[in-house]
Order: sequence, then structure tokens, then C-alpha cells
Amino acid sequence: MKFRALAGACVLGLTASGAMAETTITVATVNNGDMIRMQGLMDDFYAAHPDIKVNWVTMEENVLRQKVTTDVATKAGQYDVMTIGTYEVPIWGKQGWLVALDDLPDSYDVNDLLPAIRSGLTVDDHLYALPFYGESSFTMYRKDLMEKAGLTMPEDPTWADIEKAAAAMTDKEAGIYGICLRGKAGWGENMAFLSAMDNSMGGRWFDMDWNPQFNTPEWKNTLTTYLNLMNEYGPPGASSNGFNENLALFQQGKCGMWMDATVAASFVTNPKDSKVADQVGFAMAPHKDGVAKNGNWLWAWTLAIPAGTQKEDAAKTFIEWATSKEYTALVASKEGWANVPPGTRTSLYENPDYTSAAPFADLTLKSINAADPKSPSVQDVPYTGVQFVAIPEFQAIGTAVGQQFSAALAGQITADQALQNAQSLTEREMKKAGYIK
Amino acid sequence: MARRVSTRRRVIVTAIAWAVAFLIFFPILWTFLTSFKTEGEAVATPPHFLFFNWTLENYIEVNERSDYFLHFMNSVVISVGSTVLGLIIAIPAAWSMAFVPGKRTKDVLMWMLSTKMLPPVGVLIPIFLLFKNTGLMDTRTGLVIILTLIDLPIIVWMLYTYFKEIPGEILEAARMDGAGLREEVIHILTPMAIPGIASTLLLNVILAWNEAFWTLNLTAANAAPLTAFIASYSSPEGLFYAKLSAASMMAIAPILILGWFSQKQLVRGLTFGAVK
Repeated sequence: MKFRALAGACVLGLTASGAMAETTITVATVNNGDMIRMQGLMDDFYAAHPDIKVNWVTMEENVLRQKVTTDVATKAGQYDVMTIGTYEVPIWGKQGWLVALDDLPDSYDVNDLLPAIRSGLTVDDHLYALPFYGESSFTMYRKDLMEKAGLTMPEDPTWADIEKAAAAMTDKEAGIYGICLRGKAGWGENMAFLSAMDNSMGGRWFDMDWNPQFNTPEWKNTLTTYLNLMNEYGPPGASSNGFNENLALFQQGKCGMWMDATVAASFVTNPKDSKVADQVGFAMAPHKDGVAKNGNWLWAWTLAIPAGTQKEDAAKTFIEWATSKEYTALVASKEGWANVPPGTRTSLYENPDYTSAAPFADLTLKSINAADPKSPSVQDVPYTGVQFVAIPEFQAIGTAVGQQFSAALAGQITADQALQNAQSLTEREMKKAGYIK
Repeated sequence: MARRVSTRRRVIVTAIAWAVAFLIFFPILWTFLTSFKTEGEAVATPPHFLFFNWTLENYIEVNERSDYFLHFMNSVVISVGSTVLGLIIAIPAAWSMAFVPGKRTKDVLMWMLSTKMLPPVGVLIPIFLLFKNTGLMDTRTGLVIILTLIDLPIIVWMLYTYFKEIPGEILEAARMDGAGLREEVIHILTPMAIPGIASTLLLNVILAWNEAFWTLNLTAANAAPLTAFIASYSSPEGLFYAKLSAASMMAIAPILILGWFSQKQLVRGLTFGAVK
């Protein structure tokens, strides 16, 4: 009898400890404002899910990319949730490296996700990641300088409008440069801008047989327009400028215009860091007269679950919470509407609280909707991606091409040489990889 | 007769020495100053040198956001652990090569050094897979083992050159007096080589503390040392220099203090040892 009672107590104890057992999930993430904010708001998640504990591993973007790629490819299983971008999702989804998220609960309202973003995360009708924050790119400009020059910025400017404005605003003696653009070499640096700019000139990376297109008039037009703008009206040393360098220049009042990520809008309008906070206007990314595509990109940081994790259920619970409408409302209640992660849900842009707190919301949404990763150019393309080509070889090719264009900006080679080198190196890599027979 | 040095010459040499020292120290000073600026001031052009609103907000934020103590302890365990393990293996190895060299000793030494010439990333994938399959991924044990292996050639080389400085006759005399191998190593060799062993230890603790390739690639949440702590403050979108500087200062402070107090040993180790 005693023994039986003891056994019963043990079973009870085991059941109880089983029910209370805590699942710890490890989340690999990138260091950006929205992700850091979430780490500070985890109490709400723990209150609703006391059985799940989240371990954060925050990394610099390049380190993150390298580590999660190695981890997912070798199935090392160090992470249960990975923060990856719209570049990785289609490639990894196709490889079978990610858990498909087909059984989301109705309360998640998957149809509320912005169509452009959702389409970039879908492979063969399966959604492989949930978007945490999305961005496009647009034109930011100084209203006071435009006014001084007697010009007005159209909402949908052409490259000719931009050149005219850049010329009028430049005052090198006063340290004001008409235009600041990315020049630092890298597939996610200058090539993000230039690939999107090429779309707006009617060009593309590859034709339908995967032949590189750097020998076309569109690419020549792209590169010469870019070099001319930067050489005539850009800041000195622009070939080493990336997002952060241009952000610092613009905030210090050194740039007339800056075309970059929509997320920059909240930084340049923040009076704490920006000297020009009340003087910033917004417009679409430019396009060539007569081309129906603007030079704006599409990017989202997403949360995905690597296939083979032992903690799939807990990981799903977490990413559904982190990308839900409830999370947006939580951020709004704690930190204000201007600080909610933007660019993922239609409902956010229909919310008057948000649109009045973020004066750039309307143009952000327009820019996101204007970018279509499945059809980035007016010409047909065989790939997915606006400012990148979602194939595994692209990181290496994009960076090598970016180095050529950065060298052209630094004046080490001519535009023609840069295009020729880009064409031959891309052709070589694509042949090696078997795309071109 | 000692060489006479004119006052003028001495002043010039001293000034040059100070200028070079300042140049070398400047990045650390700049990091220190930046860590007390706001993000906006950190990127201001022209930069502000001393006259800005000094703030502790970066240190407060870094402390709130990351578990400094966990990373610090990982760094201590990994750097001290790997150095001590390395010394235990290297002392007998260096002893045998210095006092009873064989025909191929020189070749063995060169071969050991040659392993340092391979870029670490060349063996990343095999090591990564070994770690994954043996469960060493993201553990302090794993990092102690890998850093021991990485620094072993340097430890052996440094000790070897120290031991070579000790006259073999002293050991012979000890043997004549009836000392066995154990007594010889413990009572004769070790006391004479203590300064050398100490500087080897210090230098390797510093090398292991600063090692960023393996510690970043083989850790995630549990065993990540201060290198990973610093790396987490770099950001692709948004200004981060001030916070990164604060994190860097917190990460290098312990080793800077250790280096400061042991600089005499360290300089001796650097100028006298294998890395002349």
C-alpha cells in the first residue's frame, strides 16, 4: 500500500514537473532598433507563455548571416528561431531548410500581411517566414533647401528632376552636397541601390536565359547617371559611404537629398539626433521618364524556424506573437506609435493613430506596394528579388560587381571598364554555376 | 666611457617617443571619449574632442541590454583555461626539445609554427562539424580545447627559447648531485624559467582574450565571451558608435588593467621570446 502511494506520488510529481517544464528557445537576431525594443518587451510574452523562455543572441548583420547559414546548412541546431532577410527565405525555403508556416491560426490574420512582402516570403505557395519589419526605399530631401532654390519636389520624381534639384541645392563651399548615395562596395550596400536604380531605368540583372545584362544601354545609363550625380553634387569620399555614413551626413545637414531605406525616415525626423528634423520632405524613389518602375527596393527582416529544431511548437508560438497585431499594439502602448515595427501589415497603415504619428507612413506604404520581387523590372526576369537576385551565388557576384562600381566612383576605372569587368565576371560565375550552358 | 648624449638630442628623442606612443594609444583614447558621447555627437563633423555633454547613457544601456557578467566569466574561463592547459602540454615538450634535441627537433618546431600560417577559416567547416557531432558547440570546454590548440605553437616556441637560455651545465651539475628528472624539472629548471613562463602565460591570456574568429563562430548563447558581446553592438541601420565604444571599453578594460600591471613581464616576453 505504501509502495503504491509512493509510486502514485512519483507519477503525479512527474506529470506536474512535465507540465511545468520550461522550453528554452534560442533566437539569433540582428542588432537593429526594433529587435532590441522587442527584447525589452518580453515580459508580456512570458506572462502569456510562462512555459517558454527566450534566449537572445544578437549579432552584427554579416556575422549573423554567416552563422545562421552555417548552422542551417549543417543542421547544427544551435538556433530555434533565425532572423533572416528576404534574400535568404526563397533560397532556404526551396532547399527545405525552413519549417513551412501553413497552419497559422485565424487570429494571426495572415491575409493582413502586405502582399508584396508576403509574396517575397512564399515559395510554391508555402509561407516560410513571418515578417517582423519591412522596408522599401525612397527619396528624403531638405524642404528648406528646395524652397531656397525655388524648386518643388514632385511626389514621383524622374532622374532628370533629381539632377536639377541636386545642381540647385549644392553649395560645396558651405559644405552642402545636393545628393548623398551609397558608394561602399557590397551586394547589400551600393548594389542594393544600383540594382534598384537599374530597374527604374528599365534594366535587369539577367535575361530569361540567365545572361548578365551589364552590356546593355540600361546599365550604362544607370552607372553614368549615378557617377555623374555623385561626382558633380555628391560628398567627397563617397565610395566608402554606406547607410550609416549617409545617415550621419544627412542628420548633420550636409545633404540636400538622400535615397535610401524608408526606415531612415524615423531617424532623420528625430530631433534628438538630427539637426534637420523639421525640414525633411519625402518622395518616391526616382524613375526614368517613361519607365513604369521606380528605383525602390523591398526588404524585410523576418523570423523563420530552421527545419529539424526540437522545439518547433515553442518557436512557432514565439514568432506568431512577435509578428502579430497584438505585438504592434503593445509597442504602441509602451513606446508610442512612431516606434512600432513598420512595413508588414495593411492594418497598420489604415490606423489613423499610426499615420498621424508617422508622417512618412503614406509614402512608405506606396513604396512597398510599388516594389514587386516577382517582377522587379519592366522586362521579364527569371529570378525573385528587387535589389538582389535570390540565388545562392548572388552574394559573391553582387559584391564583386559592387567593387567594380565603387572603384569607378573612386575614379580608379572608367564606367565602361567597370561595366565590362562586371559583365565578364558575372558571366564567368554563372557559367561555373551551370546557369549558362 | 659612456656615450654622451646632448640635452637637445634627449629632448627630441623623448618627444618622438611620446608622439609615437600617443599615436598608438589614440584609437583607445578616442573609443574612451566616444563612449561618453551621445550617438549624434559621436558622428559629428567636425568631431568634438573634450567639450561635449559627457553622458553615461551608453554604459547604462549596454548594461541593461546585455549580460556583461556572463560574457566576462566566459572570457576569463576560456582565456585562462586554454593558457594553463597549453602550458601543461608545452612545458614538457619545450623541455625535451631544448635539452635533449633529436635529429628532427628543428623540423618539428618549424612544422608546429607552420600550422599558424594556415588561415583559420580554412579549417572552419571541419572543426564546426567536429564540434557539432561531439556536442562541444557553444560550450566553454570546446573553446578551451580549440584555443589551446591554436595557441600551442606559440607557447611551445616561447618556452623553447627561454629554456635554451638556461645553460645545460646547471642541469648536468644537478644530475651529478643525484637529482632525478622530476627534481631536475621542478627544483632546478622551473625556478630559473619562472619569468619566461610568466610572460608566456600573460601573453597567451591576452591572445586568447582577444581571439575573435573561433569565439564568434563556435558559440551562440551560453559560451559567448566578450568578443561576441562587442560584435552584438554593430548595426547595419542606425547609429551605433557610442554604444559600441562603451561595449568595447567594458570588454577591454580587464585586459588593459592586467596588461598595465604586468607590463614589465610582458615587454620582456615580447622582446626576449619567440616573437622577437
